[in-house]
Amino acid sequence: MTVQIAGVASTEFGEHPDSSTRELFTDAALEALEDASLSVHDIEELYAGNFIGDLTDDQAHVGAMLADYIGAREAASMRTESACASASSAARSGAQAIAAGDADVALVGGVEMMHASGLGEVTDALANAADNEYENEAGLTFPGIYALMAQAYMREFDADQEDLAAVAVKNYENGTTNPIAQRLEETDVENVLDSPPVATPLNLQDCCPITDGASAAVLVSAAYAEEHGLETTVSFEGSGQSSDSLALQDRPDLARTRAAERAADQAYDSAGISPDDVDVVELHDCFTIAEILAIESLGFFERGEGARGAVEGETAVDGRIPVNTSGGLLAKGHPVGATGVAQLVEITKQLEGRHPNQVDDPTVGLTHTVGGSGASCVVNVLRAGGE
Amino acid sequence: MQQWFIDFAERIDDGDPIYLACEECGTTALPPRSVCPECGTRTFEERSLSETATVTASTTIFSSIPAYADETPYTVVVATFDEGVRLTGQLRDADSVEPGETVTVDAEERDDGWLVTFSPTG
Repeated sequence: MTVQIAGVASTEFGEHPDSSTRELFTDAALEALEDASLSVHDIEELYAGNFIGDLTDDQAHVGAMLADYIGAREAASMRTESACASASSAARSGAQAIAAGDADVALVGGVEMMHASGLGEVTDALANAADNEYENEAGLTFPGIYALMAQAYMREFDADQEDLAAVAVKNYENGTTNPIAQRLEETDVENVLDSPPVATPLNLQDCCPITDGASAAVLVSAAYAEEHGLETTVSFEGSGQSSDSLALQDRPDLARTRAAERAADQAYDSAGISPDDVDVVELHDCFTIAEILAIESLGFFERGEGARGAVEGETAVDGRIPVNTSGGLLAKGHPVGATGVAQLVEITKQLEGRHPNQVDDPTVGLTHTVGGSGASCVVNVLRAGGE
Repeated sequence: MQQWFIDFAERIDDGDPIYLACEECGTTALPPRSVCPECGTRTFEERSLSETATVTASTTIFSSIPAYADETPYTVVVATFDEGVRLTGQLRDADSVEPGETVTVDAEERDDGWLVTFSPTG
């Protein structure tokens, strides 16, 4: 049974001091429902990603809270949590419920309010995605973990900080034309290298910002779309998810994300495609090195070749494989529990031909979302063409 | 901090660190793992771990979590022991280390638990 995307929406990403987790999610959910021409009472199942709300809001049981506040109290609801891949897990769960014939309408999304807490508290909360005893207690932060991966990669493949910076330069430029993006200024390699060090070799502009934001998508069965005369133009074509060791130290190769390789293989198999068929990608560039590792794991570049993707323009909007035309996490922003569906929103707009950085006539799009340093990865595949 | 990690760190502090080896397939690991991720058996046995290791990667952290905010910048090291296991800890007695350097493992007791440390050897 094919799964169709009937409507999508993201709030603006950045700071929302006058909103809250439940209010911001409501904004995205109702806009997605309006885009789908459906009402909250049509929702049978709700899956919502939220990663650190327990700590920032002192609030768990987020699935029911969001169902309650969007006005869908009768829906089955559940919060999904796989760190920064939480919303991609939500999308995958909703698509599976529909594909299995258990539901005809699922609202999937995610929300994170990160500015209400101080930077230290947010950094501490995000670190919960790592191994508490073996990593956090050693003072290892998330930028620190990716810095270790960056150093291992640079040493193994003779890459340098300029190669990393090129990813930020590309994604910042893409972000300047995305109306929801948090960072709206371009940068250049020199600026990235001159920005303050966070965890060597990563500087401030190698790191995504702290973001408030919410995203939502309405998934429906093809039969439901036909029966209700919904004009869907994008299908949810396939998905893969895999895990790896929680701690970076337990991986044989620090500069390789095997969960992403396995998730990608599964997603390609389930969609009946190969990496060559993909026309546009939103992937998990929480740090510049993460984009380089991701384009290798997804099969767009050989191992060790990913560093030239941004440097040589291959991942630009008009390049061989356009990556993060939204600005990515680096510029669009990274409300951690919402990111996977935020990526799905951007890919849907690309496949519908209404993206601010439109790629030339794309047919297949892909999202790649990582939890922790790679202990979770979800890859979802979308295709143009609906009911 | 979990009791198993306190026990693990105290063995390092006592100069008697341990690791786990799978009797079935030889895979090595750290406590408190009980199932071998390679062969799926539950046959890990405790063995004595070397006190020196080789630096695999390191990073100097300038922006930290609250517990270490007053100690920045500090350097975190991932080091590989000859037995095959890797461990993460903070660098002592030097500002930086290069991959490939040999370091000695130790442990420090802090207000809120234990911290694994590495110092350049010799």
